[in-house]
Amino acid sequence: MTFDLIAQSGDFFQERSGSGCVAENGFCPDWIADNYDRYVTPFFEHVLLTVVPVGIGFAIAFTLALLAHRRQWLIGPITGVTGALYTIPSVAFFFLLQPLTGLGNTTAIVALTCYTLLIIFRNVITGLRSVPAEAKDAARGMGLTENQMLLRVELPLAVPELLAGLRIATTTTVGLAALAFLAGAGGLGAELDRLPSFKSNVVVAGGLSVLLAAVLDLMILTVQRLVTPWERASA
Amino acid sequence: MNDQSSAAPTDGSSERQAATLEFREATKRYEGQTEPAVDSLSLEVPAGEICVLVGPSGCGKTTAMRLVNRMIDLTDGDILLDGSSVTERKPAELRREIGYAIQQIGLFPHLTIADNIATVPRLLDWSKERIRARVDELLELVSLDPAETRDRYPGQLSGGQRQRVGVARALAVDPPLMLMDEPFGAIDPINRERLQNEFLRLQQEIRKTIVFVTHDIDEAIKMGDKIAILRKGGKLAQFATPAELLMYPASKFVEDFVGSDRALKRLALQRVRDIDLWKAAKVRVGEPAGEARAKIADSDLPMALLVDDQERPLGWLSDRAFSGERVERDIRSPADPVVELDDILRDALADLLTSETRYGPVVDGSGRVAGVLSLEVIGGFLHEAPIEARSGAELVEES
Repeated sequence: MTFDLIAQSGDFFQERSGSGCVAENGFCPDWIADNYDRYVTPFFEHVLLTVVPVGIGFAIAFTLALLAHRRQWLIGPITGVTGALYTIPSVAFFFLLQPLTGLGNTTAIVALTCYTLLIIFRNVITGLRSVPAEAKDAARGMGLTENQMLLRVELPLAVPELLAGLRIATTTTVGLAALAFLAGAGGLGAELDRLPSFKSNVVVAGGLSVLLAAVLDLMILTVQRLVTPWERASA
Repeated sequence: MNDQSSAAPTDGSSERQAATLEFREATKRYEGQTEPAVDSLSLEVPAGEICVLVGPSGCGKTTAMRLVNRMIDLTDGDILLDGSSVTERKPAELRREIGYAIQQIGLFPHLTIADNIATVPRLLDWSKERIRARVDELLELVSLDPAETRDRYPGQLSGGQRQRVGVARALAVDPPLMLMDEPFGAIDPINRERLQNEFLRLQQEIRKTIVFVTHDIDEAIKMGDKIAILRKGGKLAQFATPAELLMYPASKFVEDFVGSDRALKRLALQRVRDIDLWKAAKVRVGEPAGEARAKIADSDLPMALLVDDQERPLGWLSDRAFSGERVERDIRSPADPVVELDDILRDALADLLTSETRYGPVVDGSGRVAGVLSLEVIGGFLHEAPIEARSGAELVEES
């Protein structure tokens, strides 16, 4: 796998020869300005490798959390399984999945999705548990059914915790997606791996990854502020 | 007892009547526990009255209350709301017709005050306009400014304001019955008193049937038309009006629970106008001394009270005032304290004790002397019932 990648990066070497700064593997603004379009496609691949796993992971973990909310005994087993998935080293995970899903995006997405489950599941459960008991008692006493209570009281109050989980999961996934090239998927990791000793490349590929994490984090934070106006209202 | 049934509201303005409530040998037993939580509780609450459930912790008072809206289900017996069993109703539907207010209030922190109050109206699909109008009406009812309060969040209000919102929310759909579990329990004493008074005034207006749970006997006496004292094991120790409870405690348990100062508590239930006052000799300056003496002989006191033209008290006359032909202005002591007919007996007694006197003139609303209140009069009132006499010192301490 890695051999393929090195072979592909041949053109890179050719273009770099000549210029002094580039030849010395330094930090070269000129080179970056000339070559930034190389990173556009990997960047969007990286976005995809983050958003898709987090989205699928959220859907799965959220569903599991709602199930476990009604049947509390499920919390232990679900935490156990998602926790075990979380501990598998990513490289091992990619290789384990290869016989099933082959090389490429699918393998990376399946693995990355698995890593988000524990964080999101735990945070949704924590959020639902943080709903004040008296608010639930009042809701029941006023005649809200279980579903009405979930939709109108429990979930809205779980939102801050839920989105906090989503933020951790997203930032973590941006980082982990940098290894997705090991599964044959693209992303900024692939660019990074292509010329790991060339500073300009490392700065741009790594910087874009950090930037992506920060932007996504800020986006979720903004959503959180918008949907939880009561959190900022003070006496 | 089912003559007063609750009429369904036809529009926003029509007031729903209060419902009758009857516990019929209501029993709650939890598995694995030998003693029932509520044991064959039978009592009737007439429409429009406040029934207080009071007792030490673990007496099952909250459980008994929660049996009514099926937050807890009966093991045995029945509870009838307007004559029909609550067990035949779907819990959620039943609860929407019963106001529910708890000590911790349980406002939804993520919803504005208006949305909190609108909870049950929304469940019942009221129109937006009707809900908006009702929210403002309720906020005014509980003495909050709608414009200022409506769009705030619970976290922005004080404890007392939150409690008012809790009551408003419980009243949202004008339920014929209200359940209130220590609604003022978490409020500081001064604000609690205010909220209690406000609530009693509100109740004069809305006349709901109310089940009110508290552990505080003073609150029970103040709020209750009837009081049900429960003891451990969920047994009804006594069900009576506050006055009956204080005069005739049914058992040692009730006597102890009501407290050794129950004579004073009885005083808190009466106003000065409720008891037989002493007759005063009302004398004016310049009146013939002979007539004045005759008045003294006819009164319950060996001295005369000097009054002005409007019969307002000026002071107690000395014997020398009568030495001449006509009454002279010779005052031996001022007319302190002046007690009003509408004063609470307990406060009036405190006034007498504070002024270190045994009697004081009582005046009516326009300031005219209506009689004299004395320690003897109060003592006599307390003596009408078999209540052991207490020394004045004890009374001062207690009040």
